[in-house]
Amino acid sequence: MDRFEKRAMALALSLVMMFFGLVVYAAKGLQADLPTCLPNARLFERGRVVEIGPNRYQVDVVAYMWGFDMGTVNQIKLPRGAVVDFYITSRDVMHGYHIDKTLVNLMAIPGAVTYSRVKFDRAGEYQIICHEYCGLGHQNMAGQVIVE
Amino acid sequence: MQITGDYLKSVAVGSAQDRSGDAAQATGAIRFILLSELIVPFLLLILGVLLGLYQVLARAGIIRSAEIFGINYYQGLTLHGVINAIVFTTFFAVAFGNAIMLHQLKRPLKVGVQWASWLLMVGGTLMAAWAMLTGRATVLYTFYLPMVAHWTFYVGATLLLIGSILPYFLDWIPNTLAWRRENPNAKPPLAVLGNLVNFTLWFLIILPLATTVLFQMLPLSLGLASEVNPLLSRTLFWFFGHALVYFWLLPSYIMLYTMLPKLAGGKLYSDPAARLAFLLFLLFSIPVGLHHQYTEGGLSSGWKLWHAFLTFMVALPSFITAFTVAASLEHGARQNGGQGLFSWWSKLPYWSREGDKWLFAYFISGLILFLFGGITGIINASYNLNLVVHNTAWIVGHFHTTVGGLVTLSFLGMTLYLIACLRGVDVKAKPFALAAPYLWMLGFVIFEVALSITGLQGAPRRSNIGISYLDPSNELLYRGDWLFWSHVGALGGAIAVVGFLAYVVSLVGTLFAKPVRAPAIDFPIADALHDTPTPLVVNLRPWVTATLALIAISYTYPVYESMTRGVITKVPGYQSHENNLVPQQTLREQTKLP
Ligand code: HEM
Ligand SMILES: [Cu+2]
Ligand SMILES: [Cu+2]
Repeated sequence: MDRFEKRAMALALSLVMMFFGLVVYAAKGLQADLPTCLPNARLFERGRVVEIGPNRYQVDVVAYMWGFDMGTVNQIKLPRGAVVDFYITSRDVMHGYHIDKTLVNLMAIPGAVTYSRVKFDRAGEYQIICHEYCGLGHQNMAGQVIVE
Repeated sequence: MQITGDYLKSVAVGSAQDRSGDAAQATGAIRFILLSELIVPFLLLILGVLLGLYQVLARAGIIRSAEIFGINYYQGLTLHGVINAIVFTTFFAVAFGNAIMLHQLKRPLKVGVQWASWLLMVGGTLMAAWAMLTGRATVLYTFYLPMVAHWTFYVGATLLLIGSILPYFLDWIPNTLAWRRENPNAKPPLAVLGNLVNFTLWFLIILPLATTVLFQMLPLSLGLASEVNPLLSRTLFWFFGHALVYFWLLPSYIMLYTMLPKLAGGKLYSDPAARLAFLLFLLFSIPVGLHHQYTEGGLSSGWKLWHAFLTFMVALPSFITAFTVAASLEHGARQNGGQGLFSWWSKLPYWSREGDKWLFAYFISGLILFLFGGITGIINASYNLNLVVHNTAWIVGHFHTTVGGLVTLSFLGMTLYLIACLRGVDVKAKPFALAAPYLWMLGFVIFEVALSITGLQGAPRRSNIGISYLDPSNELLYRGDWLFWSHVGALGGAIAVVGFLAYVVSLVGTLFAKPVRAPAIDFPIADALHDTPTPLVVNLRPWVTATLALIAISYTYPVYESMTRGVITKVPGYQSHENNLVPQQTLREQTKLP
């Protein structure tokens, strides 16, 4: 292999290693990590919102064709600055759970629980969008988080 | 190097004597099989592309309806994904592989094997097509459980896969071994290595897919099982699903390495680098499937990070390819009189009607699209960055510059080329054939930019958003901020479709032109500029061993983890064709807020 080729390969390798280093830093240093396996998570059948501390909430979401059961249907209200743990599962087929303008981007898988934590710093309406195909009503499967 | 019609005939006769003894009919057989393996998927692709047009218009709210000509949006999307990404690509890979092996090794293909492969692939495709067209398999091309399709969909898909792997085992491997015995000191041609790597990969990933299809989906669909583990099925699907994209890509890379340099007027910059790239793809392209499951619970984030790491490693051979291809283009351009640091770019045959040179247009426009695909792909792979784009329109933009870009353009170009070869005609309507890839490229650059932006704005993929989020009368869901860029995306899609129509003109002309010479398969294969002996990249076997080891390391625990998650019972309530019976009215009611 000639000189230029070796250089190109070394450059490519350092580039991808740099990207990977940044990813690890963002995940572990800045805590922007992915949903992980929760070995103790129990499956649940009903949605609910529980206040588990001062401005700390837990939201259990059960996705179904075609809506989100969060205790109420499709809509929850939370105070500004709330730190919220979302746990989500599905009652029937695969669904998605993407809260617009946040990093809450989860798959709802029947038989498994997916988890994410987020802090709502700004007041306003956040759309919840089902972004995994779940049957003919899929495009209408949406909800709202209202932060006030 | 050229294989004449007589050669094809003698080849076929030789094998016919082994098998059927009907020489004349057998002569036609290999030619017929190759031609139809190119034409059948092309005919389906016409439907696939038209459905793409409907999707892009529906997603801009320009066509606001749940269905078109009786085909529901999601039914059409299933057809679009299955036809374009599975049927078209698989048929082409088999036909191209057959042609490459025939041309490079000069050994006959066995007529019996080829017929068996053809019948399985065509039969399987027809079965699955029936299921999709009759609304019995509106499950999209990923068919995630526990949504269930009619059993013909799964059996059809399985037959297609089995048919596609037969030539590898029964023709290509034996022919390569025989070639090696005859040429003990030579290394197999580069195109042969690339092709064998590709189908080795294909065989390895068919196994996990077949596991979930045969042991999870089919029993459920037939009513033989009443429980299933959807997470396990997803993990097995993506065990297959990422390497699938390299199965699409490697035939294109074979063309970029062996043919593009010659068309550009020069040589392949480095033969060992090309081999290394193929072998690195074998090693790294399977144990990365968790990067499609970043947003799922039930799988540990540590293993996701490991798969992210390997995903960055699989970017390496693409970087090597970028370098080698650019260096080969520069070499060619300088042979054509190109000079300067950058101005040699102007000396490439962008619009040449001479001989085979028109093919260059397909490769170069594919490469330009692939640049977008590479960059967005690295973003998607970046673990936490994926949270921003997962399952949004961004992803749709990304893969229309990869599989819909470089892969489709090189496959279309090569389809036209091979049909002209196999019919013994010149390519007709060359200006149309030349305009097609550039229009396609322009359209998909616009499409990619537009869908990236709507994706970042939150627009979901796989959704008929025209009748919900982009319907101003829907007070709850309406998202006017997606409107502008969705329209730009529709414009891009429409331009690409115009490019496709230009291609159809040239292809149909070529298909019905009068033969002017004997049918012959002849590829423009480039010599290598640098070719130092590099033992590491000659033999496949150690690489296959390393690949199996890396797969075992990367997948044992995630599969185990998936198996310990919940099993869902009484699933058949979600048969996809039963969903079709739910009236729209009920759907509306179900999504109203209290
Ligand atoms: C001009 C031609 C095309 C147009 C306008 C087009 C348009 C689209 C659009 C708008 C979507 C997204 C639909 C949605 O998520 O709701 C889509 C999905 C898709 N397209 Fe295309 N497309 C074209 C050609 C192709 C080609 C040539 C291929 C591959 C060879 C391809 C492969 C796919 C795949 C795999 C999907 C994903 C399906 C799914 O999510 O289940 N498309 N296309
Ligand atoms: Cu959905
Ligand atoms: Cu992938």
